[in-house]
Amino acid sequence: MLRDMLEGRGRIWWAAVVIFMFLLPFILPRFYLYLLSIILLTGLLATSLNLVLGYGGIFQFHHAVFYGAGAYGTALILTKTGLSPWISFIVGPLVSAALGLIMGWICIRLSKLYFAMLQISLGSLVWIIVYRWYSFTGGDDGIHGIPLPDILSSSNNAYYFTLVVTLICLFAMYKVIKSPFGSALQGIRDNPVRCEMIGINVKRHQLLALIIAGFFAGVAGSLFVVVDNTVFPDMLFWTLSLEICIMCLLGGWFTFLGPMLGAAIIIALRTFVSTYTTYWALVLGILMALVIFFLPNGVLGYIEEKIKKGFIEPVIKE
Amino acid sequence: MLDVKGIHTYYGLSHILFDVSLTVSKGEVVGLLGRNGAGKSTTMRSIMGLTPPKEGSVAFNGEDITGRKPYLLFRKGIGYVPDDRRVFADLSVDDNLDIVHNREAAWNKDRVYGLFPALGEIKTRRAGNLSGGEQQMLTIARALMGGPELLLLDEPTEGLAPLIVRDLEEQILKLRDAGISILLSEQNVRSALKMISRAYVIDNGSIRFEGTVSELEANEEVKKKYLMV
Repeated sequence: MLRDMLEGRGRIWWAAVVIFMFLLPFILPRFYLYLLSIILLTGLLATSLNLVLGYGGIFQFHHAVFYGAGAYGTALILTKTGLSPWISFIVGPLVSAALGLIMGWICIRLSKLYFAMLQISLGSLVWIIVYRWYSFTGGDDGIHGIPLPDILSSSNNAYYFTLVVTLICLFAMYKVIKSPFGSALQGIRDNPVRCEMIGINVKRHQLLALIIAGFFAGVAGSLFVVVDNTVFPDMLFWTLSLEICIMCLLGGWFTFLGPMLGAAIIIALRTFVSTYTTYWALVLGILMALVIFFLPNGVLGYIEEKIKKGFIEPVIKE
Repeated sequence: MLDVKGIHTYYGLSHILFDVSLTVSKGEVVGLLGRNGAGKSTTMRSIMGLTPPKEGSVAFNGEDITGRKPYLLFRKGIGYVPDDRRVFADLSVDDNLDIVHNREAAWNKDRVYGLFPALGEIKTRRAGNLSGGEQQMLTIARALMGGPELLLLDEPTEGLAPLIVRDLEEQILKLRDAGISILLSEQNVRSALKMISRAYVIDNGSIRFEGTVSELEANEEVKKKYLMV
């Protein structure tokens, strides 16, 4: 369905959505713009996880590490060096990709839950280093008031920057998934042995996917620095990883834009429900249980299914 | 081209193959015949490195390939079509072919679709929605995309309608004419005899007979005892 949406008539709709998003700063107050930026970059983070989780079938349960690594990479270059700030936005994702390579290289020997366990352990190791290394990372305090280039300091421009970068990254990931590499990744998810029999180097494919996912998570981390001006160790904590996984499940992990929708739902919930009660996670828990029972393919997966059944008849060309 | 020498294969502790030896020369279609559970599929899997033999050796084009990883064997030119004939259900027919590691540009999608015109007509369809015969064609087409020199076909006609079996036989002969050597395992002896020039008969994990097709046809005892013809 996504392919139909990106080609032909669907393109107009997408263009309309994008233009609408560009016009939003004229309508929305600053707070909502900030919220929208956070949703966009978190959605990007969740989509990058979904690349390996939903499409690759790799249980990357501690994905937040790459988000944090990207954010810290950018923040440290911005605060500790005199390099051009734009370099820092490239360094952040590259740090994440490199971390993805190292952790992936170690973890990929194992599969499924064993992979997940090892990945969580290694990720926690990275977290504790960031958490404890006061002299370098600021430890528990994180880094605040990160100096940004003037052009990004207004909230409107930060929003535009986030929007443009997110769109470019989503498009790049979409292309990755639709490429033969992406098809092979889905093949590996379905049956790794069968993939070996047609000459696919399964481990190397998976490792490459992990590096790509790490890179885009790092991009999301860098964007967070732009939007929020701070970094803190909680960005690498495993509870955030769990939250991203929930975003993928909630939105629909076999759809491309599902994680983005999941991110929007969860962040909106957290923001608005938490003004009424501190137990907003309770609402999330109930919602999650309902989704798992009634919409096993996630919200967007459910919508796609309905559209397929209702409006588009299967085309049989015989 | 393919030289299997005295392999013994185990699943865990159970000893499945006993001293199996066979050869396939260039351009030849060789049958591996036997009843259900005789060890045909295990022989195939042992050659392809899916269940590496504990003893004995497998050589391909003079090179020892025993215990190598399946994807490396594929890249050396051994195509394998497993008997469970499973396609990547979520991918389209085109994508199923696109993901194959291509080692020789001579084999491309156009050529494969030329060989299986029926597949060319349903390129964009989800592979999981194909019929059994179409899925079987797709698995063979997929193996061909790598440009194999040797094709291991594990019971390609199993569970297919007689009309489709006849089509498939023709296509397999076309592959032979294109210079691909084939090791074909079959229970359906009558169908196999139309395609092969030499045969091995396997039973209980051991080779019980080897010879040309005419020798096999003359040997009533082997036919009765192991093939139930």
